[in-house]
Amino acid sequence: MIADGVEDEEKWLAAGIAGLQQNAFYMHRALDSNNLRDALKYSAQMLSELRTSRLSPHKYYELYMRAFDELRKLEMFFKEETRRGCSIVDLYELVQHAGNILPRLYLLCTVGSVYIKSKEAPAKDVLKDLVEMCRGIQHPVRGLFLRSYLAQVSRDKLPDIGSEYEGDADTVVDAVEFVLQNFTEMNKLWVRMQHQGPAREKEKREKERSELRDLVGKNLHVLSQIEGIDLDMYKETVLPRVLEQVVNCKDEIAQYYLMDCIIQVFPDEYHLQTLDVLLGAFPQLQPTVDIKTVLSRLMERLSNYAASSADVLPEFLQVEAFSKLKNAIGKVIEAQPDMPILGVITLYSSLLTFTLHVHPDRLDYADQVLGACVKKLSGKEKLEDKKATKQIVALLSAPLDKYNDIVTALKLSNYPRVMEYLDSETNKVMATVIIQSIMKNKTRISTADRVEALFELIKGLIKDLDDAFHDEVDEDDFKEEQNSVARLIQLLHSDDPEEMFKIICTVRKHILGGGPKRLPFTVPPLVFSSLKLVRQLQGQEENPFGEEESTTPKKIFQVLNQTVETLSNIPAPELALQLFLQCAEAANDCDLEPVAYEFFTQAYILYEEEISDSRAQVTAIHLIIGTLQRMHVFGVENRDTLTHKATGYSAKLLKKPDQCRAVYACSHLFWVDDQDNVKDGERVLLCLKRALRIANAAQQMSNAARGSAGSVTLFVEILNKYLYFFEKGNPQITVAAIQSLIELITTEMHSDSSTLDPAADAFFASTLRYMEFQKQKGGAIGEKYEPIKV
Amino acid sequence: MNYLVGAFKPPCNIFISFTDGRSRKQVPLKKENGKTVMVALFQSQENIVGEVVIEPIHGKKVEHNGVKIELLGQIELYFDRGNFYDFTSLVRELDVPGELYERKTYPFEFSTVEMPYESYNGVNVRLRYILKVTISRNYVSNIVEYQDFVVRNYTPPPSINNSIKMEVGIEDCLHIEFEYSKSKYHLKDVVIGKIYFLLVRIKLKNMELEIRRQESTGSGPNTYVETETLAKFELMDGAPVRGESIPIRLFLSPYELTPTYRNINNKFSVKYYLNLVLVDEEDRRYFKQQEITMYRNLEAS
Repeated sequence: MIADGVEDEEKWLAAGIAGLQQNAFYMHRALDSNNLRDALKYSAQMLSELRTSRLSPHKYYELYMRAFDELRKLEMFFKEETRRGCSIVDLYELVQHAGNILPRLYLLCTVGSVYIKSKEAPAKDVLKDLVEMCRGIQHPVRGLFLRSYLAQVSRDKLPDIGSEYEGDADTVVDAVEFVLQNFTEMNKLWVRMQHQGPAREKEKREKERSELRDLVGKNLHVLSQIEGIDLDMYKETVLPRVLEQVVNCKDEIAQYYLMDCIIQVFPDEYHLQTLDVLLGAFPQLQPTVDIKTVLSRLMERLSNYAASSADVLPEFLQVEAFSKLKNAIGKVIEAQPDMPILGVITLYSSLLTFTLHVHPDRLDYADQVLGACVKKLSGKEKLEDKKATKQIVALLSAPLDKYNDIVTALKLSNYPRVMEYLDSETNKVMATVIIQSIMKNKTRISTADRVEALFELIKGLIKDLDDAFHDEVDEDDFKEEQNSVARLIQLLHSDDPEEMFKIICTVRKHILGGGPKRLPFTVPPLVFSSLKLVRQLQGQEENPFGEEESTTPKKIFQVLNQTVETLSNIPAPELALQLFLQCAEAANDCDLEPVAYEFFTQAYILYEEEISDSRAQVTAIHLIIGTLQRMHVFGVENRDTLTHKATGYSAKLLKKPDQCRAVYACSHLFWVDDQDNVKDGERVLLCLKRALRIANAAQQMSNAARGSAGSVTLFVEILNKYLYFFEKGNPQITVAAIQSLIELITTEMHSDSSTLDPAADAFFASTLRYMEFQKQKGGAIGEKYEPIKV
Repeated sequence: MNYLVGAFKPPCNIFISFTDGRSRKQVPLKKENGKTVMVALFQSQENIVGEVVIEPIHGKKVEHNGVKIELLGQIELYFDRGNFYDFTSLVRELDVPGELYERKTYPFEFSTVEMPYESYNGVNVRLRYILKVTISRNYVSNIVEYQDFVVRNYTPPPSINNSIKMEVGIEDCLHIEFEYSKSKYHLKDVVIGKIYFLLVRIKLKNMELEIRRQESTGSGPNTYVETETLAKFELMDGAPVRGESIPIRLFLSPYELTPTYRNINNKFSVKYYLNLVLVDEEDRRYFKQQEITMYRNLEAS
């Protein structure tokens, strides 16, 4: 059915073109032989093809363009005809004898064009006559094309300022009057299309109408190009008249298109100076008109205008552009109660962009916009509309992009209130945007108040906002988010310890509610950030005036203790243990023995009670040993307790090799180079011997279980420990002991049951090479090595 | 054969000419055979002066009982064919009975002839003026020659010329108001006007203005009325909405109009009407007819 329609249309168009060409042919003949009567007759017949009602606007346009070309030739002929002495007035009458109105009016416009050029009558009179006579065409499509033809042939003949058609009687006022009238009539025709024909073809009709809209808009374009329209005339005549037509036509499509057209074709400074009038029209438009897009474009244009030159900024202030726009938006929203929330947000978003561009210094403006937005959102549920939430994100991102500085955004009191209306998902997105902005700009946030505000903003990332319902959150996404929070925590810094401490407390307050999944990400950066503060304080002199100082390392450690403890509860014992050890080390540096001891105790308790995985135990014990080795704050008793415990744990590891390694690592606990009170050679040796025993036991177990001895790696490692302490001057480590160990290894390596282990061989070989090297180096060490035979 | 041909041929040629024939305005006149010839134009009260030349065919003599010239104003009604009503009849004797041997010229003059009616060529009626030269003969038929001429009378512009303004409509369907700037038009005039749509509930397709001529002939029960549409002039294309006003500008010059004749010698009358026709999409026609008075204006012709 539809295909038939299209085919038929093609057929009709072809027939129309054929008819047109045939008559054009006869017309050309008449033109060539200067036969005016025939020329008129055939041109009228040719133009009769345009009387068709069967073509869609698109096809009709094709026909029209052909007729248009032919009419140019006819116009040339008329011009010559007047040169040959034919009176233009007579010609003007003659063409009006045509019985059919459409051809008659096309011919009239064509002669009218020559008439104006001849200057035998004032241009305004001819124009006025033409535009009046065209009223005879009430058929929308035909009328639109006819009037478009009129606009086309007259556009270079308007009595504009500086035009040759300007005269005493013809002024730019007449030019404007003419274009406005043609515009008004065209718009009426265009709007009328909507109401003609059956309702079921509404969609088709709207499509056809949108194909024709540029014909109407062209008038506005012509108006915008009339030089003589100055601001006053625009304000007094042009804009009010155009708007009157736009408002009164009460047509959705026309209002949308024409408002946009006005905004696009006329200069920005005119818009600025006529904001009142222009904006006043918006609330009067039909409720279904997509005002948000149009207004947004206006604001966009004005923003760009403001950006174009600093000179124009005073104009904006002078006309109070911001408050006018804001009021207008308010009124539009009021006038269109059915406007979806998306529209409202889009409008505010555009306004915000506008004010950020035009008044970057007026933060209060931005806050007002957000406030208005909140007001509009209030009383509504959280937003479900995906597009709307997206728009809010855009709205909230705008200040960040503009100021590149979250600190500025934090001053906007309404900022977090807007965020509350986002669903948790979007809230997270927004929070991420904020954090990224901070990262990108390396913004320093250095007061607790701002941190408080910031965390208020990003709370979507900090805690579960609605515990009722959880989507399956992608693990990677979650990690990504939490990592960014962690990075953010690192960035918070104040040089003032007091303030920094406050920041820490603020952050702590916020992150503690984050739940077991978040804490492992958020606690470590906080701990390290605190430790940084501790070290900063430690570098300073103790309070010289004995004042009651609020921020002391002790206090921080208290907080830290509680903070890390939360990790053990969730449970993340390994992490907690690591952090306790870090704290202990920091406390060590601050000479706070009880604090350090407390931390160690916590770590040990965790080790005993929470860490049951053997692999984790291995890692943990090494960490403990390493940290403990570096501690110098402990008195003998405390140290003994701790080392004893550590050694004990080492020997109780599950796997023999692990035991062995932990035990020989413990040897370091008794021998610290820079601590003279910790140089217990005997216990070092004890540890090493014990390690050897365990290595042996491992070897035997391996023999028993698999029928082959294990690798000699452990022995070589122990040998290295021997050498280390040997060099350090531990008197308990003798040449003989080393010698026997080397022999032991060599024997083991050559025994039948030993398994081939190239790595171990290489390790042993390089150890031997090292000894050789030390010998050759000579000096005190060389002498020491001398007795050892390799 | 030659003898026979010669016997039926008139023995002489007669030429009628006007003294000011060269300078006088000529207008076309449609003859009965459909041919158009150019003839002299007169108006009432003019002197009709000329001469008649009678030229016997070589070697023939024409015996006659006298030669006369008549000026006749005739009304010819077609349904009553053959009957002429002469409303004007003037005679001038040109020659006393005698014989004509050679070419002879007779001047003639009708002074300030009263010719109240205009020449008219209608559907059922014709009004014409002729000069008729008769050479009366005994026993054989008279030799007669005619010369048509046209009479047109000019009237000054009317002192009162009101516009025609009217509101018409079909209840709840269509209400229009139309206005023609004048009620009396000269033949080359322009009808200017406006149609204002007050209410449109029907789907109109177009609107046109017709010029109609009503010719009525005869009287009483034998009255024949003939209406012709002389012009169809499209005023509007498409369907207007309430509040639209459509301009009218109709040039009358292209159409062959005559003045309005109210009553020509109690034989016929010719009246003109402007007929406004609105056509809807189902080709129904809604119309309103208004009489206008046509007159002949000297300056415009």
